[in-house]
Amino acid sequence: MITLLEAKHVTKRFGGLTALSDVSLTIRKGEVYGLIGPNGAGKTTFFNVLTGAYVPEEGEIVFNGTELPTGKPHEVVAAGIARTFQNIRLFRELTALENVMAGHHIRSRANPFSILLQTRHAREEERLITERAFELLRYVGIERFADTVSKNLSYGDQRRLEIARALATEPQLLALDEPAAGMNATETGKLRELVQTIRHDGVTVLLIEHDVKLVMGLCDRLAVLDFGRKIAEDVPAEVQKNDAVISAYLGGHGTRKAGAAA
Amino acid sequence: MNELALAIPWLGKRNPAAARWVVLALALGAPLIAMLFGKTWVRILDFALLYVMLAIGLNLVVGFAGLLDLGYIAFYAVGAYTFAFLASPHFELHLPFWLVLPLGAVFAALAGIILGLPTLRLRGDYLAIVTLGFGEIVRIFLNNLNHPINITNGPQGINMIDPLVLFGWDISRPLKIGDDITINSLFLYYYVFLAFVVLSIILVQRLQISRVGRAWAAIRDDELAAKAIGINTRNMKLLAFSLGATFGGVAGGLFAAFQGFVSPESFSLMESIAVLTMVVFGGMGNLAGVVVGALALTALPEILRHVAVPVQQAVFNQVILDPEVLRMLLLSLAMIFMMLLRPAGLIPAHSRYSRPELVVGKPAPAEAAK
Repeated sequence: MITLLEAKHVTKRFGGLTALSDVSLTIRKGEVYGLIGPNGAGKTTFFNVLTGAYVPEEGEIVFNGTELPTGKPHEVVAAGIARTFQNIRLFRELTALENVMAGHHIRSRANPFSILLQTRHAREEERLITERAFELLRYVGIERFADTVSKNLSYGDQRRLEIARALATEPQLLALDEPAAGMNATETGKLRELVQTIRHDGVTVLLIEHDVKLVMGLCDRLAVLDFGRKIAEDVPAEVQKNDAVISAYLGGHGTRKAGAAA
Repeated sequence: MNELALAIPWLGKRNPAAARWVVLALALGAPLIAMLFGKTWVRILDFALLYVMLAIGLNLVVGFAGLLDLGYIAFYAVGAYTFAFLASPHFELHLPFWLVLPLGAVFAALAGIILGLPTLRLRGDYLAIVTLGFGEIVRIFLNNLNHPINITNGPQGINMIDPLVLFGWDISRPLKIGDDITINSLFLYYYVFLAFVVLSIILVQRLQISRVGRAWAAIRDDELAAKAIGINTRNMKLLAFSLGATFGGVAGGLFAAFQGFVSPESFSLMESIAVLTMVVFGGMGNLAGVVVGALALTALPEILRHVAVPVQQAVFNQVILDPEVLRMLLLSLAMIFMMLLRPAGLIPAHSRYSRPELVVGKPAPAEAAK
């Protein structure tokens, strides 16, 4: 298995609070990697460090053999990491198609001059972007809403649109921040299928999720964070049996089985 | 053009082709109609076109990229003074307009970047305050740079600015065709300005429907998400500021040549607010709306002025309310009523570039609405 991403001793502090403390983990190419933990464990902080939104105090993240830039989100996207947000962040006034087209920004070249002159290259690129954006909408199954302004989409479709927009940046690693939050069972089932298709098509997936059933069924391996520290990293079956994980979820005096903690 | 045509009530949606002809006929025939009421009205139309250019440029910054700019008139000033410095007896320079106008645009773009750089992290109210200050700084500089070295000639301004000379043809002189027909220079300026406005509309529309336009819209709707999909927000904001300023600079150069005189008082905060009002009144982010807004809010106060002064004189035997006060009053009222009745503007921005031909197997609208 080839290593795609390696976080080395990442520490992030906010004033006196240490949100991430010496977190190291390894994501292999082609797997679905889960990141779980109780509320406030530092999952989203890790996401923000990974995607360049936060600058860590210590440690580094190596992606594809090179160190990721910190504090420069657009360069992280260029390197091949795309993300979605826990609370959906679409471009509300744009249509679904336009949202995905905006996602192609980093993979397109037209500059203001070629746009103003409408050179053949600029027009050709624009046509390609439109076509590929439409393909992506079809890929996530919402092509019939291409012309709908994104704020008018249903909750589940907004989640799908956000994934399509992230895929438009042509990532090698797709980082999903609680994609199943607020979804009903049917929608979660469809999401599981979508993630599997994405992985099947060669994109590695990093998944933050509260829905333990989804995580256990979908992930090849997972890491558990608690109070900013990594307390376990293994295949789901082993993690479920891990004492540290059980006590983190149940407060150390486990009376229920870990599976019920969901 | 299409958007303008579609915006015509009743006719626009029923017969777009006819509506397009109406727009074209109105654009070309407007000065002839205005002439029926006197030469002043042709001059007002010329100014209206300059305001249209300003509104188009400001809309790029405020409407497309969502950056509230209250000092936009500063770029108009930069363009106007560039023209005045390089084509007037003030420095004994008389460079041709095809050199001066682009230079004015470049300087305005640079001014845009100078304003943009320190304000990259600001949004909303904070950005508005800084841009407001920037506009005032430029005006105060123009007002005071006549001492110790006289650069701007201070409050007196610069006069005897060269008119537009298009390849040896001075358009500030009436054009004589044969012995009988003379065309007033106000008409010539109108058509020159119209050409600039049409060009601006085409260019801005191209920008809007491009990766740059989408990046601006993304920053406007959600800056964090824009960063997360790889948009270099810093560069895109600077681009918006500088391109928006370019239109202001060109309009300023045309203004200087048309008026033959520039002074700092033409570039007050009130002018910035007037242009912003036109953008908001017409429909932020919508080109057709912005054009209509600029035309309406330039023409209406003038009509009011021509009615109000004689009426006041007839009723009170004196002018109690200065026409300039009436203009601001009207702009304020226009804003208040707009915010109450149509918060998105006269012609609201809508999704502009869906491609129905690419939507294969698209369901009927009724089904999509479910």
